[in-house]
Amino acid sequence: MARTILDFEKPIKELEKKIEEMRKLEDDLDIKKEIQQLEEKMNELKKSVYSNLTRWQRVQLARHPARPYTLDYIYLMTTDFIELHGDRNYRDDKAIVGGFAKLGDFKVMIIGHQKGRDTKSNIYRNFGMPNPEGYRKARRLMKLAEKFGKPVITLLDTPGAYPGLEAEQNGQAEAIARNLLTMSRLRVPIIVVIIGEGASGGALGIGIGDRILMLENTWYSVISPESCSSILWRSWDYKEQAAEALKLTAEDLKEQGIIDRIIPEPLGGAHKDYEQASSSLKQALIEELTELVKIKPEKLVENRLQKFGTMGVYVE
Amino acid sequence: MSWFKRSKKNISPDSVKLDIPGGQWEKCKNCGEIIHKKQLTQNLWICPKCDYHFRIGSDEYISILLDSGSFKETNKKIESADPLEFVDSKKYSDRLRSAKEKTGLKDAVKTGTGKIDGRKVSFACMDFRFIGGSMGSVVGEKIARAIALAYNQKIPLLIVSQSGGARMMEAAYSLMQMAKTSAQLGRLAEAKIPYISILTDPTTGGVTASYAMLGDFNIAEPNALIGFAGPRVIRETIGKDLPKGFQRSEFLLEHGFIDFIAHRKELKSKVSQLLGLID
Ligand SMILES: [Zn+2]
Repeated sequence: MARTILDFEKPIKELEKKIEEMRKLEDDLDIKKEIQQLEEKMNELKKSVYSNLTRWQRVQLARHPARPYTLDYIYLMTTDFIELHGDRNYRDDKAIVGGFAKLGDFKVMIIGHQKGRDTKSNIYRNFGMPNPEGYRKARRLMKLAEKFGKPVITLLDTPGAYPGLEAEQNGQAEAIARNLLTMSRLRVPIIVVIIGEGASGGALGIGIGDRILMLENTWYSVISPESCSSILWRSWDYKEQAAEALKLTAEDLKEQGIIDRIIPEPLGGAHKDYEQASSSLKQALIEELTELVKIKPEKLVENRLQKFGTMGVYVE
Repeated sequence: MSWFKRSKKNISPDSVKLDIPGGQWEKCKNCGEIIHKKQLTQNLWICPKCDYHFRIGSDEYISILLDSGSFKETNKKIESADPLEFVDSKKYSDRLRSAKEKTGLKDAVKTGTGKIDGRKVSFACMDFRFIGGSMGSVVGEKIARAIALAYNQKIPLLIVSQSGGARMMEAAYSLMQMAKTSAQLGRLAEAKIPYISILTDPTTGGVTASYAMLGDFNIAEPNALIGFAGPRVIRETIGKDLPKGFQRSEFLLEHGFIDFIAHRKELKSKVSQLLGLID
């Protein structure tokens, strides 16, 4: 896999390289102390870089090609996963995956957007952009979970629902709308986690639940910064400003009362340590599930209506 | 009928105002016919020559669909709070101010109760003139309340959609209005209360992907643009020209997403007939 270094990570990479070079010389020269000092300096630098990220830099981290994707989290967090395919109507959408699995002591239905790692797998996964049949597969799996009384976990990571000819013809809007309605009334707990990109209706199409969590370096909004720039500024050049204006980071959304909890990532992003990232998420999911399974279905559904009912700001 | 008496000025965004004294003439966007405003109003803003349905606002739909004088507006005072203090090439607060001045509306939807041939309904109608009929917190909240009103009073719900989608300037809040309205519709459906969705030109984005597509009955006006992604985005994505009639009412009917297309002149009678049949 090609190693991607983001612009703001370059000073860190340079320092890392220098330390590596010095280690090679360590046996011949007495430079232990210097190396130690440089390492300390690097840790400081990392902390300062990653704790002062701009919103656009968060977006870049959320899209990092080495980030763990849905299936990575599934394999790392769960056991006994069985993937279930198809919408029983048209075909199997590879941009959404799902199936039953065990998460700790819980048996759950876990569903998420799936991106690819390289050109070939990205084409196979349609870059994580679902067609209507993907949303309909997700809905089928959620109804199965409801039938067998199992909680649902959804992992969101999409640049958007696919804006294609067939997608429109097959009712992209209807498929998403139907999921919103179904999820709002589903009589089992639902936990939603934004693990990468949460782009608009394409993300929300599997994004209604009792708890909404966001990993630290992810974004969630009504539109991507690039598209927002192209529409409101009539140019592709204002993506940084658009990201700022949209207030789309986990911290922003927590403040806006839209999400419930932020899951910390390893320093530098989830891709730096898959084990750590997935175990933090797993722990959070188990904590939330432990609470949610105690709530009666009627109450769950009523609370969900209230939860989304309070979102929004207006004067009256 | 009520609309014959209406003399309210209709400033439709796609109607070309001509430099004729009094501004009493409109040009048909489709065939170029010059039509006197009185004639256009009497003809329900449909071109007498080519049947093109002019884009009209909530006041016009109220006059077309509801019994004369029966509309009682609710939640009149709700306004946007610009929660993100959003600024792009312009300030959102300035966009709001100028939209209010231009349209005399507070936001892109009007809600209330009214009667259709004597039958009480909860009614909401969007307005494309107000920032492209986009849905932010105000639209979402008013639609949600209109649905709740139908639920509480056990009366049918009628929503006329006309929107470019979710409003960018309220970012994630706008996105969540899709969830808010759909959740209300979920409860309404379980209570077996009918919901008729009327889709007019254009209905796209987050509005189509939430309440506009969730009617027990989805009815479209002729030749309305209805879709999720806009035609420009799709063209850029697939790198090909779009087939003629793509994302128009007739296309959606063909592919199974609307129940029928109703000419504006028979819209009210069809809705009334439908409500009678399921009563
Ligand atoms: Zn004409």
